[in-house]
Amino acid sequence: MSSRSKGSFAHHGLHRARDDQPGADGLLSDPDALPADGLPKEIAEAVDGPPEAMRKLEDGSKFLELSMGPQHPSTHGVLRLAVRLDGEEVVECKVDIGYLHRSFEKFAETWQFPQLAPFVDRNDYLAGTLNEHAYCLAVERLLDLEVPERAEYIRVIMAELNRIGSHLIWFGTFAMDLGATTAFLWAFEGRERIYDLNEVVTGGRMFPQFFRLGGVRNDFPQEFFPMVEKTLAEIEASLEKFHGLVTGNPIFEARTKGIGRLSAEEAIAFGCSGAVLRATGVPYDVRKADPYSIYDRFEFDVPVGENGDVYDRYIVRMREMEESIKIVRQALKEYPRKGPIMGKLPRRLKPPRGAEVYAHVESPRGDLGVYIVSDGTDQPYRLKWRAPSFSNLYAVQRLAPGLMVADLVALVGSVDIVLGEVDR
Amino acid sequence: MERLTSGDELPGILTTRLERMVNWARKSSLWYLLFGLACCAIEMMATGASRYDFDRFGMIFRASPRQADLMIVAGTVTAKMAPRIKRLYDQMAEPRWVIAMGACASNGGPYHQGYNVVDGVDKLIPVDVYVPGCPPRPEALLYGVLKLQERIAKGESRGYRLLAEDVQDDRSQEKEAERV
Repeated sequence: MSSRSKGSFAHHGLHRARDDQPGADGLLSDPDALPADGLPKEIAEAVDGPPEAMRKLEDGSKFLELSMGPQHPSTHGVLRLAVRLDGEEVVECKVDIGYLHRSFEKFAETWQFPQLAPFVDRNDYLAGTLNEHAYCLAVERLLDLEVPERAEYIRVIMAELNRIGSHLIWFGTFAMDLGATTAFLWAFEGRERIYDLNEVVTGGRMFPQFFRLGGVRNDFPQEFFPMVEKTLAEIEASLEKFHGLVTGNPIFEARTKGIGRLSAEEAIAFGCSGAVLRATGVPYDVRKADPYSIYDRFEFDVPVGENGDVYDRYIVRMREMEESIKIVRQALKEYPRKGPIMGKLPRRLKPPRGAEVYAHVESPRGDLGVYIVSDGTDQPYRLKWRAPSFSNLYAVQRLAPGLMVADLVALVGSVDIVLGEVDR
Repeated sequence: MERLTSGDELPGILTTRLERMVNWARKSSLWYLLFGLACCAIEMMATGASRYDFDRFGMIFRASPRQADLMIVAGTVTAKMAPRIKRLYDQMAEPRWVIAMGACASNGGPYHQGYNVVDGVDKLIPVDVYVPGCPPRPEALLYGVLKLQERIAKGESRGYRLLAEDVQDDRSQEKEAERV
């Protein structure tokens, strides 16, 4: 760093202590600990140090160390893969996470139960509603709250629409990783339709912030019902288009079939869930294995694969969208038009001291769990977010050796990670 | 829309100041760095995709900072990511502009008390336009881009201004050292 750029940040200071409350100041926020140029020492060193990428090992061996990410178009956020290459073949791959660590679990200990419900959306930011579902389920079990039937239907419909939206964005980015830009643009048009539905019902596009403890915020407006029918038909049509564009494509098949094969035993040992586990042939879906909400009332299949490779994960997710459409249609048919949408809530939410609860839902990425320990106050004593992407991501480390660099891109894309959830 | 020409030219002849012409060219082809940090990146992708379409403003994403004019900081800046953002900014060729997209990039947003969160990307790099929201809608981001275009047309850039101040500082320091 030149002396000039050091000067320009001297008056900023990287972190300043803003609040006087305990816990507000972090590791880096002590202004006295900062060196004169304003940047903390380890950050200044990292900026000035030699570039990590393209560094040959000093002992003259033939391996090349490559740093893929954190700014890389195919790492889906801020993931860094430290890869050791022999020519174009991956010898070793280490996953480096933490670029998006926002200390959510620590925040949760200082916020009240109802305050947290909209905040959890930001963990798995592709499917906000599913986060809310997991969190509300856990707190409702902790406090013994009843959820009215009508609210359950609204929750299921919104959650399944969100799952379709999340899978669509996965499809678009995965296809783009493999070089198909058209699929990305088409997938986003479908996702915009889901956003429109979110907007009509909740007012929000990406983060609905719609579920409340004991129910949902508001009922469906009248214009929602014709809109959702139209949208589902459009998405069904576009799924067919996607299959025509991508599924039978020989280039796509060559790049995905047999790549990154995971066995069922290994997937279970890694704690994988979602499409990564189901692609290996294990029919584990929380909606079937441990039915929550009203999922036991609907008929739907759990698509499974055979080989556990990138192609199977793709097929499983594509079929899951069809199943989600089926669930939404059934729920709309049975949807009770009358009844409350919010259960009775005590004036003060105080769970018993020492109570603990675990609830999990099937998020688009897998088995999303929330574990809460209470100390008798209206805030969680400890909240643990069991993120499915975190477990799924570590399968990459196991599967990468032996692949080409370009296959690594396909592998990471097929696992469908969300770094907001991995790092929390 | 900034007028490019003075308006009293002969037919078929276009007269303008070179500076105005260059600024017009710069604002009409803002290539942005493909670089998402968190949730806001999804809305940035949505803005670049089919419905909102950044291409209308001559904006195409570039994966390399060497080819980018604009950095849209979309998401929470953490202490681990901060040096990388600084380096990416340094790697961009001048003139360069920065949009802080969303509450986190502007001032830390809901996470501003976090021990690992840099509250605002302006602690690291100079920011031209702040777009509020959590996350901002694509319309909000487009509005931010239009505001940035207005600034570029006037020849304003926060990065430039800070650089000029620095030069001034260095010179006055040198003078003082000479005096002592």
